[in-house]
Amino acid sequence: MSAEALSLIPKADAKQSMKDFKSDQEVRWCPGCGDYAILAAVQGFLPELGLARENIVFISGIGCSSRFPYYMNTYGMHSIHGRAPAIATGLATTRRDLSVWVVTGDGDALSIGGNHLIHALRRNVNLKILLFNNRIYGLTKGQYSPTSEVGKITKSTPMGSLDAPFNPVSLALGAEASFVARTIDSDRKHLTSVLREAAAHPGTALVEIYQNCNIFNDGAFDDLKDKDSAQETLIRLEHGQPIRFGVDGAKGVVRDPATGDLKVVGVTAANEADVLVHDAHAASPTTAFALSRLADPQTLHHTPIGVLRSVERPVYDNAMADQLDAAVEQKGKGDLAALLAGNDTWTVVG
Amino acid sequence: MTSQVSSPAEPPVLGEQRKPGKEIRRLDRVIVRFAGDSGDGMQLTGDRFTSETASFGNDLSTLPNFPAEIRAPAGTLPGVSSFQVHFADHDILTPGDRPDVLVAMNPAALKANVGDLPRGAEIIVNTDEFTKRAMAKVGYATSPLEDGALEAYNVHPVPLTSMTVEALKDFGLSRKEAERSKNMFALGLLSWMYHRPTAGTETFLRSKFAKKPELAEANITAFRAGWNFGETTEDFAVTYEVAPAQAAFPPGTYRNISGNLALAYGLVAASAQADLPLFLGSYPITPASDILHELSKHKNFGVRTFQAEDEIAGIGAALGAAFGGSLAVTTTSGPGVALKSETIGLAVSLELPLLVIDIQRGGPSTGLPTKTEQADLLQAMYGRNGEAPVPIIAPATPGDCFNAALEAARIALTYRTPVFLLSDGYLANGSEPWRIPDTGELPDLRVQFATTRNHTDADGQEHFWPYLRDPQTLARPWALPGTPGLEHRIGGIEKQDGTGNISYDPGNHDLMVRTRQAKVDGIEVPDVTVDDPTGAARTLVIGWGSTYGPITAAVRRTRQAGGEIAQAHLRHLNPFPANLGEVLAAYRNVIVPEMNLGQLAQLLRARYLVDAASHTQVTGLPFKAEQLAARLQEAVAQGLTKEAADVR
Repeated sequence: MSAEALSLIPKADAKQSMKDFKSDQEVRWCPGCGDYAILAAVQGFLPELGLARENIVFISGIGCSSRFPYYMNTYGMHSIHGRAPAIATGLATTRRDLSVWVVTGDGDALSIGGNHLIHALRRNVNLKILLFNNRIYGLTKGQYSPTSEVGKITKSTPMGSLDAPFNPVSLALGAEASFVARTIDSDRKHLTSVLREAAAHPGTALVEIYQNCNIFNDGAFDDLKDKDSAQETLIRLEHGQPIRFGVDGAKGVVRDPATGDLKVVGVTAANEADVLVHDAHAASPTTAFALSRLADPQTLHHTPIGVLRSVERPVYDNAMADQLDAAVEQKGKGDLAALLAGNDTWTVVG
Repeated sequence: MTSQVSSPAEPPVLGEQRKPGKEIRRLDRVIVRFAGDSGDGMQLTGDRFTSETASFGNDLSTLPNFPAEIRAPAGTLPGVSSFQVHFADHDILTPGDRPDVLVAMNPAALKANVGDLPRGAEIIVNTDEFTKRAMAKVGYATSPLEDGALEAYNVHPVPLTSMTVEALKDFGLSRKEAERSKNMFALGLLSWMYHRPTAGTETFLRSKFAKKPELAEANITAFRAGWNFGETTEDFAVTYEVAPAQAAFPPGTYRNISGNLALAYGLVAASAQADLPLFLGSYPITPASDILHELSKHKNFGVRTFQAEDEIAGIGAALGAAFGGSLAVTTTSGPGVALKSETIGLAVSLELPLLVIDIQRGGPSTGLPTKTEQADLLQAMYGRNGEAPVPIIAPATPGDCFNAALEAARIALTYRTPVFLLSDGYLANGSEPWRIPDTGELPDLRVQFATTRNHTDADGQEHFWPYLRDPQTLARPWALPGTPGLEHRIGGIEKQDGTGNISYDPGNHDLMVRTRQAKVDGIEVPDVTVDDPTGAARTLVIGWGSTYGPITAAVRRTRQAGGEIAQAHLRHLNPFPANLGEVLAAYRNVIVPEMNLGQLAQLLRARYLVDAASHTQVTGLPFKAEQLAARLQEAVAQGLTKEAADVR
């Protein structure tokens, strides 16, 4: 665990358990919603960090996922649609002793709040953003979202949606994100491992979580979840490991020497050495981006999950604190009387 | 009062010594306007002349006026930029209506400004720019310098450009580079004419061009050449002295200050007095950006400035910082307020302290970005969804922006609420002498954060209830993340009284809406004072914000003309001072001058059922005292007529 990301946050006095992180509020998501699994995973994993509970803050926007803070026995704010990254930026920038988490959805983060998301990523503020992607608008009862596949039939698109979806991982990589990962609500083990890495990351971490909305978009990720089909559809990334999937690792990702792009091939004795080894810490995001593009935007087949990118670069809130220190060093601690007087005064005597 | 004004650095007279022989006339006040192309450096010239004047001890008031374009097409009327300074040996209230002296750097500057001059005004024109082409560009078929169009004025034709170039011929500058110093030549000439101290300007130029000392010297040379030209030429036979304004100022140490600078200092002071770190979340917008620029210089005061990706993120980050215990501020202008509205509503619901500073400009939409207006009052008052009351305060003068910032912080911190501060372009860029306050006399703004649980269950269990209110102020506790045992969740969704848990209960919503309103209505604000020297006035003039100077000047004129009129000026617009209803009821006639279409008048009429009459102007410029006085005199007459009718 990186010392830097969590070093400024006070530690808990005693060992914590999952129940310490459950608030007294009744959880009100639809029965069967994927959000329950994510909530349980987060509440289950936080005790591992051993952080003082009062120094953890969850900030959300608007949408089903954004009710999340009410269920966490930490500090929290349920804000307004799309603005959670901006609000969390102000909090994290002024309070480096806090572990600040943003909970958002595909509509909240990528439609109304798209601008704040990309700028938070670019700045690399010490935030952990959990983006619950169910490819639909749930709280407003079933309109298509910016991650819905083209042609989606919904109440607002009875003849099918027309616009191409975002791939949130590609978007984050393009927005200079220093940490980008993807996981799935139903895979508790994988979800937890990704949360663990995100928490340890200094700077902004974006975790896209595929989350099933069983009311308005049920089964959206079934191909990725079904044990048999997942072998062919899901590419599990592990840093330092060759990128292989399929039954017995029969498929692999190689670089096409002609175009430089990535492609999926059947692995043979002849090409086995060519299979790309995943490097989450690569300085350039190019390969991570190419990996993110393997997924078919309609079916999500060949979707990579795991940590696509995790690199260290200056963290905004640290840099701002450094500037404040440097200013004091250069000019001395601010003297209000001297500031008000300025350099050009005259005196009237009575 | 026997007072004396001392200037710290009486300059060694530059160039040559003042020669005897030229007539010196004493004046009690002068209005000078510098006008030229946007690229001619008129704002800098005006600023320097103002600094010289301030350090001499005159009272003064300034009016910068410039286009929104950074470099509008050269030589055109829309590209004219001007700076007016009014200085006097007594206290003055406005930048003045009609300039006594116009410095016109080109034909466009002459054409755009000559209409404002009284007969007999002096015009100093840069003859080098009066080419056929330049004159044709602004519609002069013949030269106004020769065709008698300026007969009513005292014209001084001066080849400013060529004399500047000549003065700088040894500097090895290109002609274009040398020409740039012509504003300093003009400044030197005016400094000579009005006996301004000059050392400050030379020091300023040396520091401004510290990295290019040859440019510093070139500008100083041009400045001195202008001064010497006045001294030498026959064309300027008279110089003028305006004595320091001895009686105008209470004892103290003074400086010149603009509204935006005073506001920035007020925020730094509020942070110090509250012992809370200052956080500014802002997005650049005219005419508010200078506050962001200024505060970003003061990181050694623990000030964090955050240039956000948009207006919404600016206020969002500020609200997040408020949640974390900062004194949080967002600065903007009208279009930015429109974007921030939803977050202001959230702050109303969260009940966290937050300063929303609106430097108003001409609207609607983009409107007139560099011009002044007071048309955001109703936006501040009502511009949100739902019942979302926000306290509003407005400074009256540039220096008063300092106090207004402290007062806004007091209300925000005491009542845990967003607060609007409505300044405007006139206050923001205008300047006046300001008595530097003793930091010991600033208000104590320290707050008490919640540290312990505040509610005990029937079964003896302790809880923290984020919406359990202080019975006096109705403020809720401010519990900072990091405080053990007070973990809680807040949000924009309606919450149960006390616990803060989500509640859709009809009765609870009704209670919460009324409670939030009652909290704002109950904010303690000082009574409004009325200036009614004889106590016999039948007419009251009441204004708010930056119209204080022009209204007060107009009131003086009205009284000098024998009219009895009372004056009141509102700093608190929500809630109104408790005595306001009484004050309004005491006068038979109420007139409300505003730089909008009657927004305060509408609030007063609705709230107090008073037949307040509006006097409005939306030109992007402040009221002129003379015109306003004429309207007030009419109002005084109306007041008397109404009273006579009552008696009958």
